[in-house]
Amino acid sequence: MSANMVEVRGLDVTFGDTRVLHGVDLALAKGRTVGVVGESGSGKSTLAKVLVGAVPAATGQVEVDGVDVVGAGRAALRAYRRRIQMIPQDPYSSLSPRRTVGQALAEAVDPVRARVADHEELIVSWLERVGLTADMLHRYPHEFSGGQRQRIAIARGLIIDPHLVIADEITSALDVSVQAQILDLLAEIKTAMGLTMMFISHNLAVVQRVSDEVLVLYRGQAVESGPVERIYADPQHWYTRRLLDADPGSPGFSLAS
Amino acid sequence: MADSIPSVIPSVTSSVGTPSVGSAPTGRPRAFAWNAGLVVGLAMLGVVAIVAVLAPIALGTQASGIGGTPNLGPAPGHPLGTDSLGRDMLARTLVATRSTVLMALAATALSAVAGITFGVAVWLAPHRLRELGLRAIELAVSYPTMLVAIIVAAILGQGIVQVVVAIAIANIAGFARLTANLAARIASNEYVTTARLMGVPAHLVATRHVLPNMAEPTLILVAGAFSGALVEISGLSFIGLGAQTPAFDWGTLLNDGLSKIVMNPVVVVGPAVALTFTSLAALLVGDGLAAAANPRSNTTRSRLVRGMGTPSPGTGEEDAVLVADGIRVEHGGSGRELVKDVSFTIRRGEVLGIVGESGSGKSLTASVVAQLVGEGLTASARRLELGGTDLLGRVPATTLAQRVGLIYQDPGTALNPALSLGSQLSDVLRVRLRHSRRAATDLLLQKFRSVLLPDPEGRLRQYPHQLSGGMKQRAMIASAMSTGPDLIIADEPTTALDVTVQREVLTVLKRMNRESGTAVLFISHDLGVVRALCDRVLVMKDGEIVEQLDDVAALSGATVAHPYTKQLLAATPAVTVTGANDTTEARV
Repeated sequence: MSANMVEVRGLDVTFGDTRVLHGVDLALAKGRTVGVVGESGSGKSTLAKVLVGAVPAATGQVEVDGVDVVGAGRAALRAYRRRIQMIPQDPYSSLSPRRTVGQALAEAVDPVRARVADHEELIVSWLERVGLTADMLHRYPHEFSGGQRQRIAIARGLIIDPHLVIADEITSALDVSVQAQILDLLAEIKTAMGLTMMFISHNLAVVQRVSDEVLVLYRGQAVESGPVERIYADPQHWYTRRLLDADPGSPGFSLAS
Repeated sequence: MADSIPSVIPSVTSSVGTPSVGSAPTGRPRAFAWNAGLVVGLAMLGVVAIVAVLAPIALGTQASGIGGTPNLGPAPGHPLGTDSLGRDMLARTLVATRSTVLMALAATALSAVAGITFGVAVWLAPHRLRELGLRAIELAVSYPTMLVAIIVAAILGQGIVQVVVAIAIANIAGFARLTANLAARIASNEYVTTARLMGVPAHLVATRHVLPNMAEPTLILVAGAFSGALVEISGLSFIGLGAQTPAFDWGTLLNDGLSKIVMNPVVVVGPAVALTFTSLAALLVGDGLAAAANPRSNTTRSRLVRGMGTPSPGTGEEDAVLVADGIRVEHGGSGRELVKDVSFTIRRGEVLGIVGESGSGKSLTASVVAQLVGEGLTASARRLELGGTDLLGRVPATTLAQRVGLIYQDPGTALNPALSLGSQLSDVLRVRLRHSRRAATDLLLQKFRSVLLPDPEGRLRQYPHQLSGGMKQRAMIASAMSTGPDLIIADEPTTALDVTVQREVLTVLKRMNRESGTAVLFISHDLGVVRALCDRVLVMKDGEIVEQLDDVAALSGATVAHPYTKQLLAATPAVTVTGANDTTEARV
């Protein structure tokens, strides 16, 4: 077994006649965070779905946490999925309006019985960990703001102590001020727990705040990858430079046409 | 402009409903809204229920006892006459309530359970099985319900149970079709996907997540189906397939009465009225529930009024495009103040930014200027003038359409997917400004070119789904500019876009502003975007302007005064680059 949590080699994914990912390589060591950047349609969400086994690979090798995701059977995949958690993008559709916060977290701990009383201590400790309070246990999602909902979604993803966390555009629906708080929270939990994480975003500035490494996807191909310091200081591919310059805070940004 | 109103209202209400982090949650479940139809319908059903329980006990012997005068018309003691065996028709009608209602209830319950199970299961099944199930449902609904019921009843034979089963089977397809549609929407929600990835078994996903979230529409559906089953069962009994003597229901009573309708018409009145009454009651309850479940059926209309007090004397207003003084917005129901005394001016050719987080009132402020205040809100201003026109008085829609252009947050939902760009974007020009189709198209083409939309002629015939998000937003800017407005209101126009596309759209906006001198009111939560585009910036928090930034170029933590602005500035994501970076080659 390799020391890498994620080992992807020569991954191709096709939807009908369209090739969504082509020849993607990715190696992520345990305890590290990789930021996956690209614009809509670049294949970054598809890559995440391949890793959780929700989308099949056409060719290539995908090994996550010692499991060959491409060749795994149903039973192996089910057990594997308990060790990989995906935090979804939209805080408004990721929590069922008819389930309390406690029920949502209890379901993550025990998908079949999902009883709040059995795991109350654990659930409350996680609510407090993500900056919420114990009295919110029995409230419904509509009583929370977008940022608070995203905190609940993070707690739900991390409560079962997953080996790999995939965060798919988790701040893109939030205001910048709330986004900053969520990024701080994520960075803090990451350091404290030694989390291995894949952080997907279209915004390089956001990726930089939480990642150790970056993978830049452009039209299904990995055009550049490497440690954050090198990519941001010395981007080699024109597309990476274009992404950097599109950030309103970067030195290369201008609205001259 | 009229057809763009619905797209602004969701954004207004959503910004009201989402309080910022840290503040006390203010959203609460909408109180159940009783309405007249629902109350009347429930009362009528209550009467039916009481009759169904009591009538067989009190009137049972009278209804089936033979020996009275046969074929009586309305007579003392027999207001609805008697049948051919001398039994009182009023008593028979009332006693038949129980069997008829129970049969309809049983049929509805059976078809609902089977149909809902099938409709939900189809959406949790593997892909191929789902497609097969959906096609099967489509095939089944294409057969008329009554026809299926008659065929099934003919196969099963006569009798109460047979008829109930026949009606139930005939109605399964309808239930399955509608619940499959409801389940489709819910199954695409991330909470269902997440639950499945977490390993929640399919049947628990159905009972925990899918069913509770479709409870209201399903209830409405059941009420309608009950009304239908009532009529269908009576229909089958009427043609002799249902209740057999000595049992009877409204359908058999109608059948008995039909042969004597010429000589003694009053005998059909009882069952006919009872059937109509009960069916109407169920429909009223169904419609009442639907109205109560619709949040927009019980809000009040919006109002914009002149506020109290004398307008503050303006400064440097000679070249002002928009003068807003003392804008207030109040929630009609709770009286909560959402925008508190906001005043600003926009000069000709200026780009004014309003920045703040969700719930700060920035979109509401803009909606007051555009006269698109959301339902249930009351807005007021001491003074609101657009290029000298008083917006607080009566403003012709044409004036507003011509002088204000709107660009929305999500170009995906702001455009009608069924209409070509050429037809929907020239709408305002043709309908409000009375341009000919030709002239409107030419004007739009010219604007398409100025926003650098590739292949402008081809775009006119294209539909929204054929364009990328950035292209759609360019088309929206072109449309907003086509009337030659004094002011463009852009509400978070780049929030839904990727950073690279965002830069392109901002570039186009800046260019339009520079070339035509159109003033822009630009709303965003991102100070980084606002500072890149705007000449001046207002920072809003909790409905108030907390700081006005006049020198955007020199913006830094040291030049801003208010702690909230400092906080916003610190939160703005920015790439930090260490080391040399040659950015000149980057532009492609």
